[in-house]
Amino acid sequence: MNKTVNQKAWFLVLPVIVLVAFSAVIPLMTVVNYSVQDTFGNNQFFWAGLEWFDIMLHSERMWNALGRQLFFSCIILLIEVPLGIFIALNMPKSGFWSSFCLVLMSLPLLIPWNVVGTIWQVFARVDIGLLGYTLSAIGIEYNYTQEAFSAWATIVAMDVWHWTSLVALLAFAGLKSIPDAYYQAAKIDQASRWAIFRYIELPKMMGVLMIAILLRFMDSFMIYTEPFVVTGGGPGNSTTMLSIDLVNQGFNLGPKAAFSIMYYLVILLISYVFYTVMTNMDKKEGK
Amino acid sequence: MSNNTARNSGFKINGSTIVMAMYLLFLLLPIYWLLNMSLKTNSEILNSFTLWPRDLTFANYATILTDRSWYIGYVNSLIYVLMNTIISLLVALPAAYAFSRYHFMGDKHLFFWLLTNRMAPPAVFALPFLQLYSSVGLFDTHIAVALAHCLFNVPLAVWILEGFMRGVPKEIDETAYIDGYSFGGFFIKIFTPLIASGIGVAAFFCFMFSWVEMLLSRTLTNVEAKPIAAIMTRTSGADGTDWGVLAAAGILTILPGALVIYFVRNYIAKGFALGRV
Repeated sequence: MNKTVNQKAWFLVLPVIVLVAFSAVIPLMTVVNYSVQDTFGNNQFFWAGLEWFDIMLHSERMWNALGRQLFFSCIILLIEVPLGIFIALNMPKSGFWSSFCLVLMSLPLLIPWNVVGTIWQVFARVDIGLLGYTLSAIGIEYNYTQEAFSAWATIVAMDVWHWTSLVALLAFAGLKSIPDAYYQAAKIDQASRWAIFRYIELPKMMGVLMIAILLRFMDSFMIYTEPFVVTGGGPGNSTTMLSIDLVNQGFNLGPKAAFSIMYYLVILLISYVFYTVMTNMDKKEGK
Repeated sequence: MSNNTARNSGFKINGSTIVMAMYLLFLLLPIYWLLNMSLKTNSEILNSFTLWPRDLTFANYATILTDRSWYIGYVNSLIYVLMNTIISLLVALPAAYAFSRYHFMGDKHLFFWLLTNRMAPPAVFALPFLQLYSSVGLFDTHIAVALAHCLFNVPLAVWILEGFMRGVPKEIDETAYIDGYSFGGFFIKIFTPLIASGIGVAAFFCFMFSWVEMLLSRTLTNVEAKPIAAIMTRTSGADGTDWGVLAAAGILTILPGALVIYFVRNYIAKGFALGRV
């Protein structure tokens, strides 16, 4: 769409700016303030320069949390993206069963995050949960409150359960936008199922898949509630993700603020990639 | 189309059906288990392992729906969620219109800045929010949580609405202005009905994201505005966890989403992708 230049449009966006500035800029400035100051209590602060950043950058605890976080995000992407595409390819294209699948698949996406945690907590417990009970009964050693590997398996399974449908729904939307003519041409050329996927479906899905991957990466990068409810970051620190580690810093203002700033900068960077992808897609559509 | 429908509603077993059946089973099993537990007594949950309730009881739901300290959690959550949805939509509508129709100084930067707030980690904002709202005397009020959730819901609403508005041809605006409509009249009488489905989707997603968020709502409240998510944690007391009531509370929080899911089923992907699919 060809837009016209109109500076008065600023008045239309002004309420949004005021509101978001109030709930984003003021808190962020507080964080910036704390990150460069030290305190002896009594609300007396003095300049500490970049000391906190220096300390945090050498903090083994933060690097460990970051390592776990990246590991977690990579695992769930490696599972959810291929699985989501696979599910989308197998979904009924139209009719009653299509709606049926859409409704049931959307259900996990709309469950409050702490309840997702609760669901998996009771599902995976060895004494009362279907999954934990069954696994123990067939002789697999599994106890997510005691053993790190079980805890990891549980939160990965939980995230796959929670979010694979989102990837599938996005991929499905991409598939549905492919005109029938492409498939007919492939039929005439006697293309194999794999060739259809590789040369027609995958390229056409690329845009929405990029959105899905970035959304999943970003949201998994700030995951807090679900692992907090299920494992509380344990056993030990084995499932303490970045956000959990950050909240656990408590009122330790300086380090916490420095940590927050670095965390925020990473998010900012990924947001920029996301924004570029989105606007490129808009351009391609010629709007 | 009708041909397609007929072919697909005729139920035949093939590879795809099996894949979908297994996937849906995987999705529904944990939810079924929660439902199953919510209908059992605690002694049945703890002492015997049963796949369905042998001793069917609604006592867990009765506990929640009659005890004020329980159901007030749902009321509190609903109050701040609705406040947030209304605020978000009211400020987002004109802004989304501006982004979809005009170029103005700094528009691209502003649009990007909004997106970064949708992506901001709540853990970074929890402590500063607590201090900010305490200092202006809003701690433990519904409006504090509603405003805090605006951090990510306003950008979300702007992006989704902009996605819908750009689909409306600009000629409609121009014709309306020629016909003598003022901006306000045009916006309310002509434009709003045209993007009604977009407003519905934006409202739904504001509602959902505010409803599912726990970290901020828990941090900013104490007694008066305590959300259901925070109240649910109290089921684990000194004498063990009250699993039945916890499960019933969980099932009740799923209801709002489950009730409207059918109407928004075709927009879920679009909403999560910020109006871009």
